[in-house]
Amino acid sequence: MKVLRPIIAVLLLIVVGGLLGMSHGTQMLAGVILPSIAFLVFIVGFIRKVLDWSKSPVPFKIPTTCGQAKSLDFIKADRFDCPDSKSDVIVRMFLEVFLFRSLFRNTKAEMHDGPKITYGPNLWLWLFGILFHYSFLTIVIRHMRLFTEPVLPGLGFLEYIDGFVQIGAPVLYQSDLIFLGCVTALFIRRLIAPQVKYISLGSDYFPLALIFAIGTTGMMMRHLFRVDVTAIKQLTLGIVTLDWTVPANIHPIFFIHVVLVSTLMMYFPFSKLMHMGGIFFSPTRNMTNDTRAVRHINPWNDPNIKPHSYAGYEDEFREFMVDADIPVDKPLPPKAEEPAEEAKED
Amino acid sequence: MYDKGKVLIGLAIFVIAALSIVGYNATMGDVDSFRTDGKPGPEKPVGHDKCVKETAYMQTSHMVLLNEWRDEVIREGKRELVETVGGEMVEKSLQNGCMGCHISKVKFCDRCHDYTNVKPYCWDCHLAPVEAPASKEAH
Ligand code: HEC
Ligand code: HEC
Ligand code: HEC
Repeated sequence: MKVLRPIIAVLLLIVVGGLLGMSHGTQMLAGVILPSIAFLVFIVGFIRKVLDWSKSPVPFKIPTTCGQAKSLDFIKADRFDCPDSKSDVIVRMFLEVFLFRSLFRNTKAEMHDGPKITYGPNLWLWLFGILFHYSFLTIVIRHMRLFTEPVLPGLGFLEYIDGFVQIGAPVLYQSDLIFLGCVTALFIRRLIAPQVKYISLGSDYFPLALIFAIGTTGMMMRHLFRVDVTAIKQLTLGIVTLDWTVPANIHPIFFIHVVLVSTLMMYFPFSKLMHMGGIFFSPTRNMTNDTRAVRHINPWNDPNIKPHSYAGYEDEFREFMVDADIPVDKPLPPKAEEPAEEAKED
Repeated sequence: MYDKGKVLIGLAIFVIAALSIVGYNATMGDVDSFRTDGKPGPEKPVGHDKCVKETAYMQTSHMVLLNEWRDEVIREGKRELVETVGGEMVEKSLQNGCMGCHISKVKFCDRCHDYTNVKPYCWDCHLAPVEAPASKEAH
């Protein structure tokens, strides 16, 4: 059910898109108004979420340390796995954001006869993840040919590289194949790896199913139905120049594609997909491991509650401690002054 | 708000990236040229009134037809002429077929292809027709 429901949801969206795309009257709604709203929801929702995060305090210093911390001079420190300066953190974040380093460091433990345990690299998730994200990026950038006039410089080169193998006409883009292959692999991974399946929810399957449908409808438009790209560019350019038009004779598959993409944009800020912004807010990655050099102030601390040192504690409870035979650092003052002090307290 | 400066810089980058396309069209864009009728306006050939197949098919799938022709000619050696929907007999050829009627690449193929950023690699080998001197416009 956790798997089926997201798939049914995506199928419903496809039906809705198809129905709206059938008649010229509703094409405006599906092809222009919906994506415009979706884009606004995406931007505003994204900003709102980031502001929300930026208001959440980080009470403790919790970087994940995966190597030797900075210590004595002759002990080699692991700068990027246990960063102790801002610049090392920046490098660590860079490697994380652009190369998905923590997925790359994934290891798998296996039991062998003996009994013997071995640890080895397990890079499948990293491989599919990184290929997926970069082909997604390539595809998004390639789409900008539909939103700019004259077309952004550099896009021609990107298309040339992406269609380098020159298969068929119109040429097949490698990024399309890699993209669909990787979403499929990531989906199957959730079904066949028992531990992953156990923790997977509908909200894990839904984006994958949605993105798969987006990629498939996109490729179908280019290679199967052969939609009129010239007419579509009129529509898409109209959206971004606020000159809304819907040319005649656009194939309904285009509107299915757009309804799915709009759903993705609107779903984005409210879902796990926000890891796009969230990765920058991961305290386990973006904090320095310098607790022994710099005091981390918990922002939740009530400023009225002052720090209470042991000396102060002893001052407060010395009498009771002495009474209970607990050793104290500073002995009680001579007896003579006692009455005076008691009088002061009353 | 914690780390206010950094968060605001990050958000600014996000918003600028998201809206850059709108900004690009508004400033560098050639807005008016597509506002008028939106279409790139390839020049119709004179002296003919029908393409090889229906116009709607040609607009979307001419590259499929070219690919079929190429395979038939080069792989299967079928060089016989084809009949167009207008009843003319034309060579199954990019240079002698298509460009026999569409005599200008710049004013026909390129108009659409520049608009949709398509750069067919065919012209790496195939010769484009010699453009009439008057049509030496930049594209
Ligand atoms: C009505 C506008 C239009 C005209 C005129 C036109 N094309 Fe195209 N052509 C397109 C579009 C749009 C595409 C890309 C379709 C896509 O991206 O899915 C394309 C793609 C192609 C492709 C495939 C390129 C690739 O790399 O995928 C070839 C080859 C091609 N056209 C050849 C020609 C030739 C030759 C002419 C001139 C005789 C011509 N076209 C005229 C609109 C046009
Ligand atoms: C017999 C002459 C002739 C040949 C050969 C021919 N065309 Fe055409 N083509 C035309 C005419 C005439 C039109 C305009 C049809 C119309 O306006 O309905 C046209 C229209 C087109 C269009 C649509 C243009 C638009 O305004 O949207 C494309 C694309 C196209 N041709 C590509 C090709 C390609 C590619 C080839 C080679 C495979 C080819 N043509 C071969 C005569 C020809
Ligand atoms: C590597 C060089 C090269 C490239 C690139 C190339 N061709 Fe060709 N093409 C040839 C050669 C060589 C022939 C054979 C000519 C012959 O035997 O008459 C040919 C023949 C053809 C023919 C049939 C005969 C004729 O005279 O046109 C078609 C159609 C054709 N090519 C279309 C295309 C299209 C469309 C593209 C781009 C998608 C393309 N070609 C790219 C080299 C090339």
